[in-house]
Amino acid sequence: MARKPSYLARTAVTIAAWGVGLLIFFPILWTILMSFHSEGDAIKSPIEMLTSPWSFDSYAEVQERSNYALHFYNSVVISLGSTLLALVIAIPAAWAMAFVPGRKTKDLLMWMLSTKMMPAVGVLIPMYLGFRNLGLLDTLVGLVAVMTLINLPIVVWMLYTYFKEIPGEILEAARMDGASLRSELLYVLMPMALPGIASTLLLNVILSWNEAFWTLQLTTHDAAPLTQFIASYSSPEGLFYAKLSAASTMAIAPILVLGWFSQKQLVRGLTFGAVK
Amino acid sequence: MGKIVLKSVRKSFGQVDVIPSLDLTVEDGEFVVFVGPSGCGKSTLLRLIAGLEDTTSGVIDIDGQDATDLPPAKRGLAMVFQSYALYPHMSVRKNIAFPLKMAGMDPVEAAKRVDAAANVLNLTNFLDRRPGQLSGGQRQRVAIGRAIVREPKAFLFDEPLSNLDAALRINMRQEITELHQSLKTTMIYVTHDQVEAMTMADKIVVLNAGRIEQVGPPLDLYDHPANTFVAGFIGSPKMNLIEGAEAAKYGAKTIGIRPEHIDIAPGGGWAGVVGLSEHLGSDTFLKVKTDQVGTVTVRAGGEVMLRHGDRIELRPQLGKLHRFGADGKVIP
Repeated sequence: MARKPSYLARTAVTIAAWGVGLLIFFPILWTILMSFHSEGDAIKSPIEMLTSPWSFDSYAEVQERSNYALHFYNSVVISLGSTLLALVIAIPAAWAMAFVPGRKTKDLLMWMLSTKMMPAVGVLIPMYLGFRNLGLLDTLVGLVAVMTLINLPIVVWMLYTYFKEIPGEILEAARMDGASLRSELLYVLMPMALPGIASTLLLNVILSWNEAFWTLQLTTHDAAPLTQFIASYSSPEGLFYAKLSAASTMAIAPILVLGWFSQKQLVRGLTFGAVK
Repeated sequence: MGKIVLKSVRKSFGQVDVIPSLDLTVEDGEFVVFVGPSGCGKSTLLRLIAGLEDTTSGVIDIDGQDATDLPPAKRGLAMVFQSYALYPHMSVRKNIAFPLKMAGMDPVEAAKRVDAAANVLNLTNFLDRRPGQLSGGQRQRVAIGRAIVREPKAFLFDEPLSNLDAALRINMRQEITELHQSLKTTMIYVTHDQVEAMTMADKIVVLNAGRIEQVGPPLDLYDHPANTFVAGFIGSPKMNLIEGAEAAKYGAKTIGIRPEHIDIAPGGGWAGVVGLSEHLGSDTFLKVKTDQVGTVTVRAGGEVMLRHGDRIELRPQLGKLHRFGADGKVIP
């Protein structure tokens, strides 16, 4: 029989959990708090800052100086576009790896994953020159393409894991029932793997939304997403903490809301297959 | 029409020959059962016919047409899997209608066929449920329904009753036999259960290590096994296979005698002690350790009340004795 933890133990664990949660959330919380103060107050000690008057001035100034809507639109196009494109490529790839594996399938999967271990800056110059020569610098098409390539290994891996959980006999039954490969994917595999596909989609939208290295290197204005919008408020001198915080809060708010509402799906998707 | 002919069909996985080379004809409307121990290649053979595996060499003819390179969908066969393989995200109705949808059938006509199949299989009240809400027997009926709506040339069953409990298995066995009698469509049925093979088949194909050991009607195989493998595999309890001096007396390497063909009779010739006595009511199965031929199984009437340690004498019915040579084949 499982032992019931004592009241004291439960309280201690609850406090510890809240402590860890707050610790992780603290930088975001502090950013949000700073964004509601003037530049002068934002650099004061924490107590002084919290007791100083609250204001929306930073938001007003950010709105005035930058085109938030454009960056927001770019972020949506890049994150959603790259994730959907990656799914279109990865679903057939993961299907092949899960259901018709060859001798080198495992090696191929490991190789795909190994590309994620390479420091991105290592290929910055060839990528930049390639983009420049193809006229893709600061274009949404270019950014969607690069984000798709960056996230493809993760998307394939995640889908492969979900597809492996689906019994092959069900797909064989579909084949016996006269389904073409397209019908098999569309009517049987994808509906069955829908929770996994949804989790993959969510996670990759979040990853793409937050990606800062390539978006900062390959965009300047037209295709610049919210990461570039935040970076434009960072400055080597002068007071910029409040405005930077306001820009950051505006940039992370949409993804924070999305993450909050989809956390159940995300956790379910990420722990899929871990417990049977 | 559903005549299936296999000509020199061979299947190997890498260096391993799972099915060395095999010829077989399944006549139209026949109920053929592939039976054999685990790993004998019976499921692989079925999957080759279905098109779910590619042949290494050889030809598979379906209705006189070479179907060797046709994909499963184009062969006009329907398959029922051991795990049922139902689509969990679809209702029973959609599961059964799926092959019709894939064939592009008019939805009104498809609905009629689904209703008719559901009626035959007693599934009418479950049409709007999901597979997860059904019992094992009901799920297997849905799988059969999905197969029959297509009106295929032949049905392929891959150990369809293995996941059911004993009582349900007997019911479903009878239902499938009745279905065959009413549809008169070719059926190929894979099982490792020789009772299913004996009770359902028009023709049994006994497989061992990818080779056909014998083909024939159930009672033919029972009464005239071609070799020691078939003799030992068909029949429950197994035929007693005896070697040594007793076999040599009959000019054979091995002699075989079924448990029901041994009488308990004083002065019978084989004296021994009862080791195990299983009373089934209608029958009693005795394991007797004899001095002459080792341990033999004897089938006696339900009223025989012998117990462990009782000393008895046995007499084989000589007319029912099977003789096998050194190569394991029957001596005519």
